Formats: sequence, structure tokens, C-alpha cells
Amino acid sequence: MTQLPLRAQLASALGRTAATLSRVTGRGDGSVIGGRVGLILEPDLLRRLAADRKLVLVSATNGKTTTTRLITSALQELGEVATNAFGANMPAGHVSALSQSKQAPLAVLEVDEKYLPEVLATTGAGVACLMNLSRDQMDRAAEIWLLAQKWRRALAAKNTHVVANCDDPLVTWGAATAGQVTWVSCGQPWKEDSWCCPECGGPLDRKGDDWACRECTFRRPEPAWVLDDDAVVDPRGRRWVLDLRLPGRANRANAAMSLAVAEVFGLPVEQALPRLREVTSVAGRYTMVERDGRSLRLLLAKNPAGWLEAFEVADPALPIILSVNAQGPDGRDTSWLWDVDYRVLRGRPVYVTGERRLDLALRLDVADVPFRLCDTFEQAVGELPPGRVDVIANYTAFQRIRAEFGRAL
Amino acid sequence: MPSDSAVRIVWIYPDLLSTYGDQGNVLILEQRARRRGIPVETVHVRSADPVPDSGDIYLIGGGEDRPQILAAERLRRDGGLARAIDRGAALLAVCAGYQIMGSTFGGEEGQPVAGIGLLDIESTRGPARAVGELAAEVDTGLGGHILSGFENHMGVTRLGPGVRPLSRTIVGTGNGDGTEGCHAGKIVGTYLHGPALARNHWLADVFLGWVTGPLAPLDDAWHERLRAERLKAVLPA
Repeated sequence: MTQLPLRAQLASALGRTAATLSRVTGRGDGSVIGGRVGLILEPDLLRRLAADRKLVLVSATNGKTTTTRLITSALQELGEVATNAFGANMPAGHVSALSQSKQAPLAVLEVDEKYLPEVLATTGAGVACLMNLSRDQMDRAAEIWLLAQKWRRALAAKNTHVVANCDDPLVTWGAATAGQVTWVSCGQPWKEDSWCCPECGGPLDRKGDDWACRECTFRRPEPAWVLDDDAVVDPRGRRWVLDLRLPGRANRANAAMSLAVAEVFGLPVEQALPRLREVTSVAGRYTMVERDGRSLRLLLAKNPAGWLEAFEVADPALPIILSVNAQGPDGRDTSWLWDVDYRVLRGRPVYVTGERRLDLALRLDVADVPFRLCDTFEQAVGELPPGRVDVIANYTAFQRIRAEFGRAL
Repeated sequence: MPSDSAVRIVWIYPDLLSTYGDQGNVLILEQRARRRGIPVETVHVRSADPVPDSGDIYLIGGGEDRPQILAAERLRRDGGLARAIDRGAALLAVCAGYQIMGSTFGGEEGQPVAGIGLLDIESTRGPARAVGELAAEVDTGLGGHILSGFENHMGVTRLGPGVRPLSRTIVGTGNGDGTEGCHAGKIVGTYLHGPALARNHWLADVFLGWVTGPLAPLDDAWHERLRAERLKAVLPA
């Protein structure tokens, strides 16, 4: 690592102090405040901290935090890795992560999809991993067609090697201007945001994972890597059974992307894959917690595509608790509940809680899914018989449950 | 083929305009008909396909600027919706879909884009995004209710003499002039998504009543509880 200029060193050090203060006073994990302090003192801090490192940016609507974790785990084979493991995915979080591991030659940064153009421009990252785009927190998030357009412009201006999911038409369009792209076929269960061609607006014909515009030449590129059920097929045609500890199809997709990114860094599958298998839970997600004889598995789902993936993980034989809030980070608009198909829950004991439980109750009633309304999460747990239970919650509802069981998760 | 007694619902262009849970309006209409023993037949019409003119209730939802412009072009070229309205069909048009029904609306750079002229309204792009809860007093022509919902748009809509305001806003922005939405004949336009009928089940029954005549009452406990909670949260004490 080259030495930072004095001002940047000071900014970085004061930021770390603020982060420590935040942690020891119990205000937060420090990953945002530290970066903010640093950026005020030295606006150019992110660029300086990113310089001379091998950097990969990870962005998508869903799966960012988990994939960041998987890639980090893999790249640790090559050396120390700086990363924003706690999901602080805007520039302040990036500054904080890079300040805390000043000597790390490698960095894996989760990036909010709206901030990708800015962070790409600032850091000049060598690699970007782009997975999926779908409707999310509509009251404050950018419209996704517009977002993909901004990715295109940002990538056209940089010499970044992109690893992108070619089964998602909008991601493909957003990534297609990059100088070099490694296409990965890792599926797109949620298709409601991509029935039309991002290039010309014509209808997309879709068959399995394949898609092509009926009216122009835009079509799915040929993938180099393919997720095939429980295995990944690499560019040489070799099939690797994933055998992850993390559950579900979405995590197999995240792993496929991670293996492709690892290879861009020169790390072969035989070295990367065992590292991916070491990851068991990510920021509390997929964790099992115990409460009075009930074993609760915590699943986070923030938007319709995320709920679809969470339903795929949830066990149809088990009761399920659903918790929904609508605070700022969740989006204050609950209309997305109507985009989720809850009929899959018919036949399971369903418990509904969270600050917006009445929105969810009406939604389930219209879907003809019987449920129990519970004022609190504790009440829902108390009404369950001992045994295993699945829990799906959106962002602040999840954090609230997590806090109850301790942040150690 | 549709049977004669069924209510025929047509959901227009879910591939372009269904960004804000618009499917919910379809599901609520279906459920409220079925729970009364009225058969329902629903068609989802993608934007590459013709809009049938034989439906009873048409629904069109909200979306981004570019899909909105594409939808307006295709609806005009297709002509099916205009024919259906001519023969007396009802229409619930939400947000981007609402603006399309007027003479013009604002495109992504604010440029005027031609609508399909089924409502005497014109929309432009406003200075700021209107995002949040909305409550409004409904025009008595449709019943003495409070409209409750969520809005998220940049549109400002001017109502012409050929339409009546759907409601007068208590909280929220709506059309931008103290009114929210409009109605004319059996067409209702609104900026409320979320979807509009979840907290305004009375409006769903206005539509079903237009098709079937007087309706039997339903157990509306979940609608009422949600509506009461939201109105309590947003209305001034």
C-alpha cells in the first residue's frame, strides 16, 4: 500500500475514532458515522483509500450483503480483504471499511444500486458484480429502468471487468456497455419487472432462463458460468456441486456469481468453493435461534423478489411467522405486499405480526390464506407449539427480532 | 369463452404498468364478486396483445415514465379500450394509467406526450415528487366516503369541465389543486396506488354495482380495520 497523504491519514484516523465511540456508547456499529466524519474532513478520502487496491463492487436489489460475504470469504485465500460486512453500502460505509483495513490489498464492497455509478467513478474499481434488479421500496428508490440506464453510462466510461447475471434482462442491459463482461446464468425467479425489452420496449419472449426481444436484436448473451440446480458449471464445462451451508436457490445463485468473481481475481474454483462453504449466516440471516423450546430460523425479505426466494427456503411442513414494518428503510409504502403471491402459505399455520400487520392481514385474507394476528412477535412465538418455525421479516422488522436475540447473530 | 353471467375484468398491460401492487385491485374485485357468488373471468392483457372490447371492468396501473409512454402509444394504436368505454364498460385508471387517459401528460424530460383522451384532463410534470399517505373527502356523487391510500408521483393534473373531482384532499397532494382523482361516467381516475381498492373497498363495490346492480353486504372487517388504522395515523386529530 502506498502511504496516504497526511490529511487523508488524519481523516481516516478521526473517522475510526468516531466509529469506536459509536460502538462503545452503544449507538451503532460505527460503520456509517466513522465514514461520514472522514468524508467531511477529506472529501477525496474514498478515492485515496481505494487507490492501489484490487477492488470489487457488489450491487443488486437482492443478495448484496450475502454475496459480498461470500466473495470476501473466497478472496481471503489471496490475502487480507477490506469489506463493509454490515451492509453499510453507501460511500460513508465504504470509507469506514477501507479505513479499518488500511493494509488490505483486496477489497470487496457492497454498494447500494443507486450509488454504483458514483462509487465506480470515485474508486475506479477493477471488478463489479451485478446480480439482479427488481422493484424495491418504491417510495424512495429510483425507478429501476432509469437505474439500469445510469449503470450503462457509468460502465461505458470505465475500464471495469463486470461479472453479471445474464438471466436478468435489465441487469444484462445495464452491464452491456462495459468493456469486458463475464456472463453468469444464475436464474431469475421474479420476472414481473422484465417482460419488456429494456432496449426498445418490445415484448421479451422467454423460455426457461433464455430470453430475446421480439422486435430488436437485444437478447440474452451466452453465459460462461451456469448455475445448474445444486451445482455450478464453470467455463471449461466442469461441474462443481456447491454443497453450501447457506440454504436456498438464491444463495446458490450468489455462490455462482462469487465463483466467477473469484476467478477474475485468479482464484480457481477448487480454492474458492471450500471458502464459500464456510459461510453459515450473514448479518443474522438464515440463523437459527432458540426461544422456550422453539427453534426459529430467521429469513429476511425486503421486496417481492426477496419474498419469492424466502418462500423457496421456508419449509412447507413448518409453521411460519411473518413480520412487516414500513419505516424509512423498509419503504413507507406497503403496496408491494400485493405483488407477493402468498397462496403458497395455504395449509401452514401462519402468524402475522409487525407494525403493519393489518396491511398483511388484509393481503392474506384476499389470498384466502388463514392466519393468526399477533400484536407482538413474542405473542406469536408464545402461541406456537415447541419445535421448528420459519420467520420471514422485512428490514426493520428483522432488525428488531435480531436485536431481541442479541446482535451477536 | 366468457359466460354471460360472469363479470369480465380486463387488466391492461401488467407487463408495463403494474409497478405499485396494481394487481391488488384485480384481486380485490375478484374476491368481492366471488364472495357474493358472482362468477368472474379475468384477462391479463400484455402490451403486445390486443385489448378485448368485451370486458365489463378495465384496470390500468402505475409505472415508470418510459413504460407509460409505450403504454399510451400502444393503447392508442390498439383502440380496444376506447371501443369498450363506448359500449359502456367501466375503467379504474391509477397513477400513470390515470394520466394516460387524458389529452396529454409529461414525459421523462417533462415533454408533453399525447394521451388517449378518454378523460377531460391534462397532466404535466410537477416541481417535486408527491410521496406519502393521502386522505380525501369523496365527491358525494359516488357516496359519502373518505378516500384513503398512498400516492407516489410527480404529476399535476388539471381537470376539464367534462369530469368531476373524485375527492377533495385533506392530507396529500393528489391532482395538485386540492382535489384528488376524477370521475366521468363509469371511469374513475386516481393517483392512489397501494392498491387503491385495499383501503377503499366501497369503491370496488361501486364498480361491481355498475356491472351487476345492487350488491349483498360482505364481512369487511379486515378492510375496515386497516382503513381505520391508516386514517387514524394520517388525519388531523
